[in-house]
Amino acid sequence: MQLTVWTYEGPPHVGAMRIATAMQDVHYVLHAPQGDTYADLLFTMIERRQKRPPVTYTTFQARDLGTDTAELFKSAMAEAYERFKPAAMLVGSSCTAELIQDDPAGLAKALNLPIPVVPLELPSYQRKENWGASETFYHLVRGLAGAKAPEAGWKRPARPEGQRPRCNLLGPTALGFRHRDDITEITRLLTSLGVDVASVAPMDATAADIQNLGDADFNVVLYPEIADTAAKWLQRTFAQPYTKTVPIGVGATRDFIAEVAEITGIDPAAVLAQAPSRLPWYSRSVDSNYLTGKRVFIFGDATHAIAAARIADKEFGFKVVGLGTYSREQARDVRDAAKLYGLEALISDDYLEVEAAIEALEPEMVLGSQMERHIAKRLGIGCAVISAPVHVQDFPARYSPQMGFEGANVIFDTWVHPLMMGLEEHLLGMFREDFEFHGDAQASHLGHGAVKERSDSPEQAFPGEAAVETKTTTTTTEWTAVWVSDAEAELKKIPFFVRGKARKNTELYARENGISPITLETLYDAKAHFGR
Amino acid sequence: MTSSVLTQPVACATPPVQRHESEKPVIRERGQREVFCGLTGIVWLHRKIQDAFFLVVGSRTCAHLIQSAAGVMIFAEPRFGTAIIDERDLAGLADMNEELDRVVTRLLQRRPDIKLLFLVGSCPSEVIKLDLSRAAQRLSRQYMPDVRILNYSGSGIETTFTQGEDACLASLVPELPVEAEEAPASLMVVGSLADVVEDQFRRLFDELGIGPVHFLPPRNSRSLPPVGPNTRYLLAQPFLGDTGRILEDRGAKRLSAPFPLGAEGTTLWLKAAADAVGVDPKHFEKVVAPGQERARVAVERQKEVLGGKSIFFFPDSQLEPPLARFLARELDMKLIEVGTPFLHRQHLERELDLLPRDVQLSEGQDVEKQLDRCRDSNPDLIVCGLGLANPLEAEGRATKWSIELVFTPIQGFEQAGDLAELFARPLVRRTRLEV
Ligand code: SF4
Repeated sequence: MQLTVWTYEGPPHVGAMRIATAMQDVHYVLHAPQGDTYADLLFTMIERRQKRPPVTYTTFQARDLGTDTAELFKSAMAEAYERFKPAAMLVGSSCTAELIQDDPAGLAKALNLPIPVVPLELPSYQRKENWGASETFYHLVRGLAGAKAPEAGWKRPARPEGQRPRCNLLGPTALGFRHRDDITEITRLLTSLGVDVASVAPMDATAADIQNLGDADFNVVLYPEIADTAAKWLQRTFAQPYTKTVPIGVGATRDFIAEVAEITGIDPAAVLAQAPSRLPWYSRSVDSNYLTGKRVFIFGDATHAIAAARIADKEFGFKVVGLGTYSREQARDVRDAAKLYGLEALISDDYLEVEAAIEALEPEMVLGSQMERHIAKRLGIGCAVISAPVHVQDFPARYSPQMGFEGANVIFDTWVHPLMMGLEEHLLGMFREDFEFHGDAQASHLGHGAVKERSDSPEQAFPGEAAVETKTTTTTTEWTAVWVSDAEAELKKIPFFVRGKARKNTELYARENGISPITLETLYDAKAHFGR
Repeated sequence: MTSSVLTQPVACATPPVQRHESEKPVIRERGQREVFCGLTGIVWLHRKIQDAFFLVVGSRTCAHLIQSAAGVMIFAEPRFGTAIIDERDLAGLADMNEELDRVVTRLLQRRPDIKLLFLVGSCPSEVIKLDLSRAAQRLSRQYMPDVRILNYSGSGIETTFTQGEDACLASLVPELPVEAEEAPASLMVVGSLADVVEDQFRRLFDELGIGPVHFLPPRNSRSLPPVGPNTRYLLAQPFLGDTGRILEDRGAKRLSAPFPLGAEGTTLWLKAAADAVGVDPKHFEKVVAPGQERARVAVERQKEVLGGKSIFFFPDSQLEPPLARFLARELDMKLIEVGTPFLHRQHLERELDLLPRDVQLSEGQDVEKQLDRCRDSNPDLIVCGLGLANPLEAEGRATKWSIELVFTPIQGFEQAGDLAELFARPLVRRTRLEV
């Protein structure tokens, strides 16, 4: 039993819903109590989908237990088939149904529907959303494409002369972080290389598309969390190679192009020569000097966190001071990546642990999910969002991919923005002591500390909003810092985003050296002592 | 039929209505229910009782539900959380009671500000028959008097959305102090209201000379209202069947009234309290007149938009019948179907009297069939949950999300205009947009 306050991932059946909802003609019958229907709003409100997720919930009640929950499942499934006429169905249990052991797979089979039915076993007390999505996608691919599997040992014949290579894009789902735009961007990139996209799956795919996945020459795995298992099976079954590089960032996109070139035998020189991203030049232009060595903390799903670390280090010239993920399934990859920066990866799905790590490291910027954005806001640190769990803001109206060369442009703007704003606030702050400005107002773009957060997004119109609750930090020390007024005044001249740290370091230095009160001199001695 | 009105009805501000109910039989359906479970109530209850913590004993789904309903992480450490049952617990590798005690101990160490802890049951904890009432007793022995530990179930197999509040308040009732036998008659307002609304009502009761007045739930667990045979209780919310029953077990008597929505509802609701203690009708008139007038004017303003328009309610909070009554009587809206998850005939007796005779009520749900009926009747406005709203909008239909009606202050005179405006806004918006 574990106490959880906020979770990064939903239960595994929500992962299954992300697959079903992404597709066009697959229906999911979920044995679950009524409250589990909340999951629909994730799709209709956060992603603003125009259709209900194709999910039928049996919504059994206490009075049904032990009598006819199995019957309920069968009638719900039969009715769903009649009403929606899907090309394929998924069946499974939520956490509660798992406990009553009705065997949806067997019940579905007994109905003898004239379409493929893929049973899902997603252990809710063990696994989470991304794993559920991956497992669902894998079973769906296996269940549908498996019918067309060639004999073991079959070799893929060479592509006929003059025929453009064809690939599938695997992994984009409903409720994915920028999946919609990544598909467009990578499709464009591949097309410019001379590669055609046969199918995208599961996003917008039909059951027939899944059935035919084996026809393409190779697979592009956009999100390994979702598609790795399925891609491995396709490789084994249809001798389809798949790409291992996730094209997020300029360097990774170039590597991705090289990988595709190698698989297909295409010459990528022309595409690479176009210098298709502005990031390299923007990062080299003199105004970007201030980005140098900025201390960043990175946390998210494994794919986005690893990619962000590489971009931060190599393409922005930041210093990565923390790297972590909530995806335990990919913990190893993240640990390996962290080693590149001399770090120990933080593998945790405990939000409070992540908060403590950020607090301790005092980064100048956080690259994380919406959860870290809240932490950063509270701590007054700039933040850019790089990963799911998603929020309504992660579905912008404009084209906003993370992948490919345009994705790199988007990332440059997104990451620089909070730092720019920070700088602007600093300039404003310099005038704060003037009569027109009042005292200790916090940077406007960082929200308002403990003051209530305003947002116009729909799911926030709740009464709790208006209330205020501050986290109490406990002081363990009896030592109290005393500042003489000119030292205090000097401290105020330091940019606000490093001011807290300067204060803390100075006080630490003073305490360790038994200095009181803290003077101008102490301030600069401490600066020299802690100087990078 | 009702045994709870204590005093003779006095002539009322609004003439008493003939007892009549709809001619149409209630549609009762069993199919897919597109509603929240009772856990959702935690989202507002934890704001109301400011020293309480709500610990759900459940699954990752339960944690995800509350997080999704709360919508935004306002607080690093909110006063709710989920003790997630895992496979070790289920396989018997860990003793679940010991695990729960461990979680509670750590929680209470970390949060000394917590004075009342609710262990909230979920579907998984109910199905595996984890006895939370015993756990609450066991832990209470350990933590009383510092922390009171209670339990209730918000599980989706037993409770629908607002029934979670009913279960929570019902668990509080046995804890209420005994009101002295010789105590003067007191009034208890039952059902959580926004603080601002509560304060308005308190002022009105004061002016009317009604007192002492207590509210359940209280804002602080240390100020639980007393209850006894001299307590009359007035429901502020229509979903409190169990709470009412248990209050009556403790001697309290229900004042039958419509719910305080709109000018009429609020007047009759206050009137029920006034009549119970024999407030002079003239004095009553004088006290309520200004608020009543403000409410009428504010509501009237929205009539231009809403008058004559048709409306269809999907079941959500049990607030549907009183809302429908308000919209029909004060805004001249046409009710096509008024769906509610559960129809508590006794508590809604006055509402059912006030509803138009031809109203179609429905109880329970088969969401697909109800959507068919809704599309067929093509209403001007549909009141529904967040899972249905955007898909219906995408079909070109106007919707109002029902959840906002639970999370927004809508009761009382001063909120009557806001309440009408909530329904008018989606329609006004459609006339403005040219895209
Ligand atoms: S319906 Fe049951 S399992 Fe689902 S969130 Fe509610 S209490 Fe938890």
